[in-house]
Amino acid sequence: MFKVTIDNITVEVEPGTTILNAARKIGGEVVPPAMCYYSKLKGSGGKCRTCLVKVAQGSAADPRPMPKLVASCSTPVQDGMVVQNITSPEVLAARKAIVEFLLINHPLDCPVCDQAGECDLQDLSFKHGLEATRYIEEKREFDVVDIGEKIKLHMNRCILCYRCVYTADQIAGKRVHGVMYRGDTAEISTLISQNINSDFSGNVIDVCPVGALTDRTFRFKSRVWFLNPMNAHRDCLKCSGKVTAWMFGKEIYRVTARKDQFGEVEEFICDECRFEKKQTSDWVIEGPRHIERNSVISANHYEKIKKPSIIKPLEEKTEKQE
Amino acid sequence: MSDLKPYTSVSGRSKIVSDKKITWVERLYLPAILKGMTITLSHLLKHKATIRYPETKREFSEIYRGQHVLKRDDEGRERCTACGLCAVACPAEAITMVAEERKPGEENLYREEKYAKIYEINMLRCIFCGLCEEACPKEAIFLTPRIVNADYHRDRFIYGKDILVESMDNRVDVTKRQTPEVLAFKKEKNRKHND
Repeated sequence: MFKVTIDNITVEVEPGTTILNAARKIGGEVVPPAMCYYSKLKGSGGKCRTCLVKVAQGSAADPRPMPKLVASCSTPVQDGMVVQNITSPEVLAARKAIVEFLLINHPLDCPVCDQAGECDLQDLSFKHGLEATRYIEEKREFDVVDIGEKIKLHMNRCILCYRCVYTADQIAGKRVHGVMYRGDTAEISTLISQNINSDFSGNVIDVCPVGALTDRTFRFKSRVWFLNPMNAHRDCLKCSGKVTAWMFGKEIYRVTARKDQFGEVEEFICDECRFEKKQTSDWVIEGPRHIERNSVISANHYEKIKKPSIIKPLEEKTEKQE
Repeated sequence: MSDLKPYTSVSGRSKIVSDKKITWVERLYLPAILKGMTITLSHLLKHKATIRYPETKREFSEIYRGQHVLKRDDEGRERCTACGLCAVACPAEAITMVAEERKPGEENLYREEKYAKIYEINMLRCIFCGLCEEACPKEAIFLTPRIVNADYHRDRFIYGKDILVESMDNRVDVTKRQTPEVLAFKKEKNRKHND
């Protein structure tokens, strides 16, 4: 076991663990944000640079610091490594710059975007970004594309994290979905407008950290903070059938996979569950999901209702009259 | 009688009522009537505290928070894109909306690709705090110095788009509500906001 210290908190992890996963083991504030790394997708990470951290001491054997900030999602820990994340002003300044770079080509269409309210980039820029943009050049623009019947691709919003490509490759099986061209003109494409026909292709919506891939069956239906996320399940032959049903009153507006505290899907769900089962009778509703306090979705959602205690009869509290 | 305790006031402000006989002058009542009439008549000459609404109206602040307006832009397109920020900002939960996708050919009606098909404000719930106006990213909703009309029916206080959206013939001026900082921001042409 390797001992690694992140922001003055020491944790023991298996050799080969990345700094990011070691930090996730600690949890809380010290976890670097990640826009492209996804623990369930092999090969993901190393693209967005949001998770940069400072290595103040390489290892116990070689205590020199690493010369540059490193991407914590793809750097394995060494024994005796000392890492600084939020305790290093250098890292926070770098993260601020990275957010600005990610937002260079990202349109300011959050009022229209269906992802708003549960968008990783929105949260990240809210926490680390500048108040206003300094970018005055033209943003790259693409047409909106329908990938099949159920998925909409807004290439303008894409930050090229490649998560959807790995999902299409690893989860959805047959890969008909990739990144074409290079650099500034790079775009997610289905290669000669092929539809995604796999049973699990809908998961690209859940892994997308921004609103580039969205659910066409939920398009403009409602804002996420007007809906109640409920745990629901059904017997499904293709997947586990454990989902989050986003409900408005007694109606199900959309179905997504359940996400853990790091915003990652717990179990990938099939397209039948996601797109076709929109009746309340299709599901067994377990109960409301926990919503983070700092999320906009928590507005007007009351998880713990404290019922007023019944006042004891007045006689006990008053003095007895003679 | 002597074993009865004298009454003590809890507040300490009670007075013992005397029932002494009134004097001969007091029995004439004339001085008291004259005294009362002077007070009454002197009020005729004083400034009135009330006004005769609706013939006369009180002066309103330019940024009075009254009935809402949903603005159109200069080309007559609705500015609201149904982003829901006003509704989530509303502490009284008075605003509800249903969004709809703009179809080809409706570009002259709606500014963005999404618009509010239904937009309702419950004026009985509204507390006129102005947080919706503050939250709006599209400068679509403003409060105006107009009073919400009284009505006999509760359901008529749910104002829909027919009442809220301004007509192009009779536009509502909201320039006074926009601070110099906002106006300076609007002049920046590199913002998508100003298309």
